[in-house]
Amino acid sequence: MWQTLYDELKDKNFMVVAVAEESRGAAHARPWIEQAQASGKSSYWQLIDTEHRLEDLYNLVNVPQAIWIDEQGRIVRPPETAGSTDHFRRMDLKTRTMTPEDQAERLAARQAYLDAVRGWVTTGKHALPADAARAALPKVTPEIAEARARFRLGVWLRANGRAAEGDGQLATASRLHPQSWSMWRQAADLDEVGKASGPDFWKRVQALGDQPYYSPPKL
Amino acid sequence: MTKVLTPTAEHEVAARDGLWMSPADAAMITGWSLKPEGMCRAELCVPLPASAVGANEVDVQAFWQKLGGPVVVSEARDVWALGAPAGERNAALEGLQAPEFTLPDVDGTPRSLSELGGKKVFLATWASW
Repeated sequence: MWQTLYDELKDKNFMVVAVAEESRGAAHARPWIEQAQASGKSSYWQLIDTEHRLEDLYNLVNVPQAIWIDEQGRIVRPPETAGSTDHFRRMDLKTRTMTPEDQAERLAARQAYLDAVRGWVTTGKHALPADAARAALPKVTPEIAEARARFRLGVWLRANGRAAEGDGQLATASRLHPQSWSMWRQAADLDEVGKASGPDFWKRVQALGDQPYYSPPKL
Repeated sequence: MTKVLTPTAEHEVAARDGLWMSPADAAMITGWSLKPEGMCRAELCVPLPASAVGANEVDVQAFWQKLGGPVVVSEARDVWALGAPAGERNAALEGLQAPEFTLPDVDGTPRSLSELGGKKVFLATWASW
């Protein structure tokens, strides 16, 4: 999704850094990366974050989320949903399809987000003033900080042949930080590929009720 | 040996009774050095209670908790993780300077955000799951 954006804007002092929150590692992420990149083209950075370090540093809760950083290294838009929407929640689970209206709305929302990035790069539009950027930052609580430490420990234990013990830490992490879909889904995926979007995932999504899964960006 | 994980590194040290270890190991893990006034980093010192300092050893668990950071341990008590204090993370983000990180690219080459100074950066996450 970001290749087009990068190709279009790379001559405007712009860079895309795509970070895979992928505790299974580079080999597991590689097929998606190769599919996303036009072969042989110079490209943006595709980084692998097995420990979800970026989520710890930037207080992230889901993928995709994006942060906009200006030429001085300052955050001008704090973490927000990057082009995804909640339309998937209304899809027919048997056929895994959305209505044409939902598909169109979803595409339009993604387009609007990509246009906002283009606007920022070309004119500076949508960059927030410092106080607004600060006010929009999600706060790290002591529970979230502990959840991150337990997640780190759980991933390490799993990578070192101690799956049951690791899963215990990952489950505690999710209990401490229930808003983090990344922690819950990564743990499910480590347990078994596919489980992150299986029946338990849908139950958790349904339990959100009126709450968003992807909070829409306030552009 | 005891394994100690920090947000960005992994260490193996000789520790006893939890995280009592030599001041040198404590400095390697935490970046803070034991001095008469407490644990110090640059100009800043955090006083430690007498119960957290021994003859040529220091209780890193007590120190880390005093900083406000989470300390968690495996059931077998052989692997520990020290998390960043919530206040430290919030202060860094509220300063609005994008936190620096180094991560490998898909071929293993380390890449740091600071290499991109002078450019607008669109930093986005994704996952296969």
